[in-house]
Amino acid sequence: MMLEIKNLHASINGKEILKGINLSVKEGEVHAIMGPNGSGKSTLSSVLVGNPAFTVTEGEVTFNGKNLLELSAEDRSREGLFLSFQYPVEIPGVSMVNFMRAAVNAHRQYKGLPAVSATDFLKMMREKRAIVELDNKLASRSVNEGFSGGEKKRNEIFQMAMLEPKLSILDETDSGLDIDALRIVANGVNKLKTPENAAIVITHYQRLLDYIKPDVVHVLYKGRIVKTAGPELALELEEKGYDWIKREMGD
Amino acid sequence: MQDSNNILKEVTAGEYKYGFVSNIETETIHRGLDEETVRIISAKKNEPEWLLEFRLKAYRHWLTMEQPDWAHLNIPPIDYQDIIYYAAPKAKDKPKSLDEVDPELLKTFDKLGIPLEEQKVLSGMAVDAVMDSVSVKTTFKESLAEKGIIFCSFSEAVQHYPDLVQKYLGKVVNYRDNFFAALNSAVFSDGSFVYIPKGVRCPMELSTYFRINTANTGQFERTLIVADDDAYVSYLEGCTAPMRDDNQLHAAIVEIIANERAEVKYSTVQNWYPGDKNGKGGIYNFVTKRGLCKGDHSKISWTQVETGSAITWKYPSCILAGDNSVGEFYSVAVTNNYQQADTGTKMIHIGRNTRSTIVSKGISAGHSQNSYRGLVKISPQAEGARNHSQCDSLLLSQTCGAHTFPYTDIQNETAVIEHEATTSKISEEQLFYCQQRGISTEEAVGLIVNGYAREVMNKLPMEFAVEAQKLLNISLEGSVG
Repeated sequence: MMLEIKNLHASINGKEILKGINLSVKEGEVHAIMGPNGSGKSTLSSVLVGNPAFTVTEGEVTFNGKNLLELSAEDRSREGLFLSFQYPVEIPGVSMVNFMRAAVNAHRQYKGLPAVSATDFLKMMREKRAIVELDNKLASRSVNEGFSGGEKKRNEIFQMAMLEPKLSILDETDSGLDIDALRIVANGVNKLKTPENAAIVITHYQRLLDYIKPDVVHVLYKGRIVKTAGPELALELEEKGYDWIKREMGD
Repeated sequence: MQDSNNILKEVTAGEYKYGFVSNIETETIHRGLDEETVRIISAKKNEPEWLLEFRLKAYRHWLTMEQPDWAHLNIPPIDYQDIIYYAAPKAKDKPKSLDEVDPELLKTFDKLGIPLEEQKVLSGMAVDAVMDSVSVKTTFKESLAEKGIIFCSFSEAVQHYPDLVQKYLGKVVNYRDNFFAALNSAVFSDGSFVYIPKGVRCPMELSTYFRINTANTGQFERTLIVADDDAYVSYLEGCTAPMRDDNQLHAAIVEIIANERAEVKYSTVQNWYPGDKNGKGGIYNFVTKRGLCKGDHSKISWTQVETGSAITWKYPSCILAGDNSVGEFYSVAVTNNYQQADTGTKMIHIGRNTRSTIVSKGISAGHSQNSYRGLVKISPQAEGARNHSQCDSLLLSQTCGAHTFPYTDIQNETAVIEHEATTSKISEEQLFYCQQRGISTEEAVGLIVNGYAREVMNKLPMEFAVEAQKLLNISLEGSVG
């Protein structure tokens, strides 16, 4: 098992958002997590990657046999956990090439590997940006600064390609994308898929799942996973909305 | 492409790494300042009568002055009678070759990364090394002399080129200019002298490295750079000092003169000991730097990276007298812990179509106070003057202060003056974004700060840029999180 979440509770500013999440993800799997606004989807991704704004109050998370909750945010990344942010932040003055080089070398150092040479690094940048159709101006641009919504999301997937994570969490990667950008981003994710890695796709809508085929679909509601099924569940939600889930839960 | 990651990795300890004391036999004079002190210094340097007179006039004028208190600085009282005004590494005679230089001294500069053995210098940079009050060694002097370039210690210049020194000394910074300028003019010990003759482009970077070693001494160096018609020179200045609990005074003067179409680029990486985490010790850095664009189409450019000193009071300025002359000021000032900096520039437009650019990047952390103070003055006859000023502040803590005091005095209505100012912080979101990519907080701050300061760092000569980048990271270690 790659990721195992048991009875995870988490809160922000004293307010409990996650109320006992259980979830297991194996190598090679794609899990979709769907659910209405405010159900805790983004909180779950934030907690997994160690965002200090949230406090874990109960539960366990193991990632490749390690206690994930004991690791710092940067070590979780170095262990192979990647988050494609819903709202990627701008870092003025820091070029993508310097930023990615710092990240790639931090990962390499963690694995006991020497820093990558400048030539190899630029070659790697060139190969990986092609996956999400970003042009050669990318390297010199500041991190996310002046990027369009679509470029920001493509840039997230580019970084995912550079860091080759074991588990990628895509937090509403489809939000704010037009259909072309959605296709580019989804194709990028699919190209990076291997039998050894896994992905958790967080989304409101079925449309992303037309491109990225999930093996398992979960519905998150009020901080708990209330339904788990195959890909057909996503289609059912698309058709019927979330109201029937709410009714089933007695709301 | 610069390898910021490697640079950052080299930086492991947050300590001031230049804080060692060298065990060198030193000759000092009595504590305190009176006419006798001035006469002793002058005599030790075997100075001509006119220079002694210059010093004495300055000293007498200094007696009538008060230490300025208009800066946004909290300066503890300084006992000027408790300072030693002259200290020199002991040597029988001025060493003629490197073999005669005290090996301890060579080791000191080696430790600081300043090789004085010419065959070791690959980048082709000529160095004048100044320890306490005396110039230790100037490299590449002979090869520069072939082009007619004079690069030597100030004391040597007084002996060998007295006419040049007398012609230019005090012409840009008068001894009456301010309290610290008067003090320096009375007791200045050594420094560098540069003269680039007409039409000569200096083929290498000239560099002076200042080191305070002896306790309780003040360092009062004097630098004079003259670029004659159509000449060009790029000059670098670096400085460090041992860690001590007492404060030490540093009051230097730098004067630059650029004649017709001449260009002088002056870069400083100031890393005097800043004091400890609780604000104990550190150098008081009260410096007057000014350049005169005397000739038409001349240009003077100041670039400074200020990370050291407990207190910095410094305004490298340009007097744009020649028509179409250009003045530039690029500054990164970092303050951490209890450091205080009040720094900026003055651009005095006198000639026609003169242009000036000011880019100031302040970075404040800990409990420090960081102020930009600048004056743009357009004289009545300065037709068509232009100035662009940009003053940015980056705050890294809740307890630090950033202040901007931009003054303008415009007496000619054809002037075009632009001023931009921003204040920003490193956000939690930015830091977390970096961490999620595997970059540690410390490294993330380094990346963001270097990104913020990039516009100024790019102005530094390559040899210095990497050093300066490292320095920024060291200065800010432990300031976030």
